[in-house]
Amino acid sequence: MERRLFTYIWRHSLGEQLRVLTLIVLSLPFYFLSLNLPKLIVNGPIQGGGFENGASRTYYVVTLPDWLGGAQVFDGLTLDRMSALFALSFSFLALVCINGLFKYRINVMKGQMGERLLRRLRYELVDRVLRFYPARLRRTKPAEVASMVKDEVEPLGGFVGEAFATPAYLGGQAATAVVFIMLQSVFLGAVAVGIVSIQAFLIPYLRKPILALGRQRQLTARELSGRVGEIVDAAADIQANDTSNWERADITRRLGRIFDIRFEIYRRKFFVKFLNNFLAQVTPFFFYAVGGYYAIHGELSIGQLVAVIAAYKDLPAPVKELLDWYLEKQDAQIKYEQVVEQFGADRLIDPRAHAPLEPPPLSGRIEVREATVADDTGARLLDGVSFDFEVTDHVGLAGPPGGGKEAAAALIARQVSVRSGQVLIAGQAIDGLPQALTGRRIAYVGQEAYLFGASLKDNLLYGLRNQPRGAANYDGPARQIAMARQAESARAGNAPYDAEADWIDYRVLGCDGPAGVDGCLMRSVAMAGLDADVFRFGLQGRFDPDDAPAVAERLLKARSLFMEREMREQVDIIEPFDVTRYNSQASIAENLLFGVAIGQDYAPANLSHNRRVMNLLEREQLVQPLFTLGRGIAETMVEIFRGLPPDHPFFAQFSFIAAADLPLFEAMLGRLDGGQALNPEQRLKMIGLGFAYSEARHRLGLLDDALRQRLLAARALLRDSLPQSEKAKIAFYDAGAYNEAASVEDNILFGRIVYGVPSAQQRIEAILLQVITDLNLKGDIARIGLGFSAGAAGKRLTPSQRQRLALARALVKSPDLLIVNGALAVLDPAAQGDILRRVLDARKGRGVVWTLGPGQDHAPFDRVIGFEGGRLAGSA
Amino acid sequence: MSIIDEVEALRRVPYFATMDPVKLKLLAFASDRFQLPAGGVICHQGEPGDAAYILLDGEADIVVKTNDGRQLTVAKVPKNTFIGEMAVLRNAPRNATVVAASPITALKVGKDAFYQLLRDVPQLAFEVMRELAERVEDTTAKLRDARAKLDAAGLS
Repeated sequence: MERRLFTYIWRHSLGEQLRVLTLIVLSLPFYFLSLNLPKLIVNGPIQGGGFENGASRTYYVVTLPDWLGGAQVFDGLTLDRMSALFALSFSFLALVCINGLFKYRINVMKGQMGERLLRRLRYELVDRVLRFYPARLRRTKPAEVASMVKDEVEPLGGFVGEAFATPAYLGGQAATAVVFIMLQSVFLGAVAVGIVSIQAFLIPYLRKPILALGRQRQLTARELSGRVGEIVDAAADIQANDTSNWERADITRRLGRIFDIRFEIYRRKFFVKFLNNFLAQVTPFFFYAVGGYYAIHGELSIGQLVAVIAAYKDLPAPVKELLDWYLEKQDAQIKYEQVVEQFGADRLIDPRAHAPLEPPPLSGRIEVREATVADDTGARLLDGVSFDFEVTDHVGLAGPPGGGKEAAAALIARQVSVRSGQVLIAGQAIDGLPQALTGRRIAYVGQEAYLFGASLKDNLLYGLRNQPRGAANYDGPARQIAMARQAESARAGNAPYDAEADWIDYRVLGCDGPAGVDGCLMRSVAMAGLDADVFRFGLQGRFDPDDAPAVAERLLKARSLFMEREMREQVDIIEPFDVTRYNSQASIAENLLFGVAIGQDYAPANLSHNRRVMNLLEREQLVQPLFTLGRGIAETMVEIFRGLPPDHPFFAQFSFIAAADLPLFEAMLGRLDGGQALNPEQRLKMIGLGFAYSEARHRLGLLDDALRQRLLAARALLRDSLPQSEKAKIAFYDAGAYNEAASVEDNILFGRIVYGVPSAQQRIEAILLQVITDLNLKGDIARIGLGFSAGAAGKRLTPSQRQRLALARALVKSPDLLIVNGALAVLDPAAQGDILRRVLDARKGRGVVWTLGPGQDHAPFDRVIGFEGGRLAGSA
Repeated sequence: MSIIDEVEALRRVPYFATMDPVKLKLLAFASDRFQLPAGGVICHQGEPGDAAYILLDGEADIVVKTNDGRQLTVAKVPKNTFIGEMAVLRNAPRNATVVAASPITALKVGKDAFYQLLRDVPQLAFEVMRELAERVEDTTAKLRDARAKLDAAGLS
């Protein structure tokens, strides 16, 4: 990247800058005319100058300058006094409009230029991160880089537009104004120039320390953002070490420093502002005093004086803005230098290594020659090791943890670089190979594979998104918009790839097109032993029947088949949803709605604040019984949870009342026991507790048959009372329709599992599996499961699911060489063995490198290489 | 039967006799109650020990599968007994099957809830220790007996 900001700006926006400068030059004559007109108006029509001899005077004579021959181009208009006043005034108005339009156009162009360059700069920074070598990445703090790309370069974008245009525009205006004043009175011009010069020299001098402080502020703020990121990442460890107060102290100290710096900036800034304003106000003093003196003596016309004062009023603004520009320039330069320093890594991956291409299959021998690999501290992980194998071999890497097998696996996968020695594939150094070859033909799974906050499917397909495979389909106006977007992105030097295009290489996946993707993915998922989990996610998942009506129909068939089987086995483990009966396994809310809330209005937690529901309960005189029920729940909760610490897991698992609300309910119960009433909000809170209650499950003895029957009656009334728009917020249970707000499993069971039947869950699952297999629904449910979101960095998955998913992602790539480096460490040995066997069976004739745990079987491998102390085992 | 009755029943279990009734209520609330007809299986030998059970009403048989495949009833469990807690503590498969000998009512305490209760209620942990010590003593006595018999038969 260019060392200096101006070089960078000039290089990437030369044409645009020149266009703006041209526009500025064109605008200056109009500005001069607008300064001159007031003088003409005051001296001419207003004071009657030039109208003494006749009733009219000639205006608008256009004469070429002397150096063009001085010919009269336009003879002008002859106007009487009143006409002249209005003609000149309207001319002034027209000039105001023209100047405004110039300014508008210039500003728009500046903005466009700035945004374009900001876009280019941000893209370039992220592009550089993508080209960092792994060693460099380890030294990079994500939060700091993110804050630089996002926030710190932002003012640079604003400055780009100003970089050349502002000094030209404002300088031009100031010069025009000074020239104009000089033409009226040399003395007044000298005064104006003098005071402006003081401003121009004194103020930058005073501002210099402010800039230095600004730099410090930026550094400390960046460190703060890095630290805050660290605290969030380390939250669990901070709690575990009871060091939260140490973190508080550290943050306090940093905030203190930032406060000091900012306050100092503030103080100095406002002193400069004061001085500036003072100087600006002093000048008119001279104009009134000296200018007035001249006017009285007749050496200066009133019109000139008015015009000078008007021109001067315009002068401080450009001068001040010019000063601001100067400061901004310095600031921007500093910011730019810091960013370049951070991102201008010593050595970046050659962009050519990232170029899209169709890599040939990997073949030949992989040779590691005298390779030495060291970690950041310089400790040798591998010490002059040589070994080789065929790309198609199944190779086990064995030895004690840290003995070198991990480094060897990472080395072949290009995850670490050699300090000395070489890694060759078919005789070519691996470092020189394009990433398209190593990244697609080799798959690497380390212990800490990163999973993206997207669906399982997107995570699995990640390794196939190497380059756009076909243009995105745009038609009609969308096509125009897409082309315009493409052109704009090219102007900002961004990537030429379209994220909307289809990026997936279906041939690698082994399927025909988008339709078959899920089935193909499930093969790899099954190999990694994640199929049961995906299936479970599918059962728990939601599904929109409009997406695939045929599947919805089969799921409905599964519902009736399930009921049939359950009856045949004579196991009473499901209490089905029946609109004419109270479902004693379900909560009060569910019984009342007889459906699942879509959105928040009818969610169980909000029911007591839903006016329609509460009005109905009021009419049916159910509010008092529900209040009593809520009170009963509150009494038990307060009794049994009072002694527990707020972070006790039982709160989340069992309590109706969150730990934080417990004291509130305790106080409310205290009021009630003391015979006092609760305020309406408290009453609603108390009533709200009851909606999640189910007698069968919670067994507090609060809900009797009479109340059940009355709630059942209210169910029908509620449904009838709701207008259509409200009904759309509840997905009602309907034996003949798929309920899109309920999970797939709930749709098939269409009822609640009966509490108090041991192993009900297993029996239900057995029947469920039968039904699903019989109706051939497994694939569809797996497809829904693949839509499950992995959560940020895969946090919604268990460690074992994460590792299996990472392995499946590598298998999906169908690589020529699969490297698995301790990637299944959290799985038990038996599960690891199963997966290993499946993978080796499926990859006969295609290479596998697998680091072995202690005691793992060497037999399935073509060969096993042992490592110890960074050398091959057995060698000294 | 509501949670109040369950607490009453729990108090008659020797393990819990001295525990604070509020803690017993918490235990009951954190558990699932279930009923089984005679012959119903509470838990199977060889399955993971993911829960402990408290027999509130009825009786159960402890059945062990012998090496030659026969089912052998080794003990009878009366009501108000805590069962299955050893498998939970050892985090190991169950070493016996428990079958309802008459219609039963029982509470099922999940592994995590049981661990949490042990941490929260020292009395309970203490009772578990006492029970363990008694079983060790019992087993040692039986071993001593068996040794003596072997000695007498001149087989050791």
